[in-house]
Amino acid sequence: MIRVEALHKHYGAVRALDGLDLTVDAGAVFGFLGPNGAGKTTTLRILTGLARPTSGRAAVAGVDLGTDGRTLSRRVGYLPEQPAFYSWMTPGEFLDTLGRLHGISSSERASRVRELLSLVSLSEASKRRIGGFSRGMRQRLGLAAALIHRPEVLLLDEPVSALDPSGRKEVLELIERLSAECTVLMSSHILADVERVCNVVGIINNGRMVIQAPRQELMERYAQPAFEAEGEDPASVQRWAEILQRQPWVTGTNLVGCVLRVTVKDVRLARRELLATAVAQAVALSRYEEVRPSLEDIFLKLVGKEATQ
Amino acid sequence: MNFWIVLRKELLEQWRTYRLLIVAAVLIAFGLSSPLLAKFTPELLKSIPDIPPGLLELIPEPTLADAVGQYVENMSQFGILLAVLMSMGSVAQEKERGTAAMMLTHPVTRSTFLLAKFSALAVTFTISLSLAALGCWYYTLLLFDALPWGSFLALNGLMLVVFLVYISAVLLCSTLANSQGGAAGLAFGALVLIAGVGSLPRIGEYLPGRLFRWGAELALGGGEAAWPAFWVSLGLIAAFLVTAWLVFRRQEV
Repeated sequence: MIRVEALHKHYGAVRALDGLDLTVDAGAVFGFLGPNGAGKTTTLRILTGLARPTSGRAAVAGVDLGTDGRTLSRRVGYLPEQPAFYSWMTPGEFLDTLGRLHGISSSERASRVRELLSLVSLSEASKRRIGGFSRGMRQRLGLAAALIHRPEVLLLDEPVSALDPSGRKEVLELIERLSAECTVLMSSHILADVERVCNVVGIINNGRMVIQAPRQELMERYAQPAFEAEGEDPASVQRWAEILQRQPWVTGTNLVGCVLRVTVKDVRLARRELLATAVAQAVALSRYEEVRPSLEDIFLKLVGKEATQ
Repeated sequence: MNFWIVLRKELLEQWRTYRLLIVAAVLIAFGLSSPLLAKFTPELLKSIPDIPPGLLELIPEPTLADAVGQYVENMSQFGILLAVLMSMGSVAQEKERGTAAMMLTHPVTRSTFLLAKFSALAVTFTISLSLAALGCWYYTLLLFDALPWGSFLALNGLMLVVFLVYISAVLLCSTLANSQGGAAGLAFGALVLIAGVGSLPRIGEYLPGRLFRWGAELALGGGEAAWPAFWVSLGLIAAFLVTAWLVFRRQEV
C-alpha cells in the first residue's frame, strides 16, 4: 500500500532523508518511530505531495508520487502534527467544505459530518468557531478532516501528542478500529502508544530506516528480559547497580531515581541471583518485578547502536 | 468543479473576516465624499476670513469635471492601497499558518487555490466599487448634473482593471514570500515599482495608470482612447497570475 525506495531529501547540507526504504502492506497499522529530527515528518510530507524528494521513488495507494496529485488526495488522508484551520469557520462548515471537495453528495455529507464530529467528540462544539479551539480539539478535528473521504491510506503525524490522557485513549482506540477500514501509518515518539496500536514497527534514525518488522517479531528478536526494582535508599540502590554491572549474566542497568531496571541474558539465573545480591547489600526494596520487555528498550538499543556507529 | 467550492470558501472568508465590509465602507466613503469635496472645497476657501483681495475671483466655480477628477484621484490612491493591503497576506499567511497545506492535501490543485483567491478579491472589489460608483453618481446628480451612465460605468470598469493589476501583482508577491512580513515588503515594492514606471512620460502611456486618465475623460464625454494601456493591463494580470502559479506549483508548503 505504501512503497518507498531510496528516498533522499536534502535541505542544503542537511540530509533529512538519506536513502529511506519503507514498505507498508495493506491493512497494517504501521508505527513510524524515531527521535526528533529523524525524518518522520519529512517522509509524511513527501508521501502527501506537500514536499518533493531530492531523489528516490515512492508510491501510495497505487499512485506514484509526482504523477497524479488529485487521485493521491482522494485515496490518502493526512493529519499533520499541528493541524491548521480557518479560525472563522465552525468544524461542521470545515468538514462540509472538505466533503464537497471530495464530491460527497449533500445528504451523505451531512450524515458523515455528524458521524465524524461524534467520533472525535466534537459534537457539542460543532457550532463554535474553530478559532477558540484548544490544541487537543484541533488535533481531533484534524483527524476527522483526514477521515472525511474514507481514505485507503491514513497518514498520521504524532496524532495524539496534544491530547490529554482520556483523549489519547479515545483516539488510539479509534486508530485501532480504523485498521479494519484502511492502512494506517502513524509517526510517534510516544513508544507506548505505538506498542499499543501498531502491528508493524519501523524505526528511523538520521533519515534511514534502522529496522522494520512486525512488532511481535521485533520484540522477540531484540527485546531482552528485564527486571525492575524500586529501593527506598538511593545510595544503596546505586551500590547494588554497580555490583550488578559486574555480573556476567547482566547486560545493562538503568537507574532513574530509586528505580533500577536491569536487563539480563539468563532469566533463570537472574531470578535466583538478583534478589540474593540485593539481600547481600542490604537494599530495602519497596517493589520488585520481572517486566515485559518494551518497545522503548528496543528503540533505545537500536537508535543508540546507530549513534555509536 | 472544485474551483467553485474553493471560491465559495474564499467569499465566505471575505465576508466573515469583514474584508468585504472594510473595502466597501472605504470605497463608498470616497465615492460619496468626492462630489461633496468638489462642490464645497471652493465654498470653504471663500469662507476663509481676511482672504486677500483678488483671490476670490481666482477660485473657480466647481464643475462636473471637478467631481469626476476628485473621484478618480481618491480611487487611484485609496483603492490601490486597499488592493495591496487586502491581497498581500492571502497566500503567504496560509503558507505560514499551515492552512494551505491542509487544503492542498485534499482535491484542490494549486492553480485552483490561487485562482479562487484572485477571483474572491475581484468579486470584493467589484461589489465595493459598484456601490461606491452608485454613491458618487447619485451625489454628483444632486450637487452638479447627471453623469452619462454608460461612460461612467466604463470609467469604473477601467479602474477595476487597474485594481486587478495590483491584486494580481501582490498575489504573486504573496506567493513568492514565505511569511506575511516578507509579503508586505514585496507588495509595497511592487506598488512603488508599478506606480514609478507608470509615471515615466512615454512608457506610462502603455501602463495601467493611464487607464485612470482615459476613464475620467470618457466619463466627461471625450478624450483619447488608451487601448494599448488596457491590453497591457490585461496582459499583466495574466502574466502575474501565471507566474504565481509557476512559482507555487514548485513550492513546498
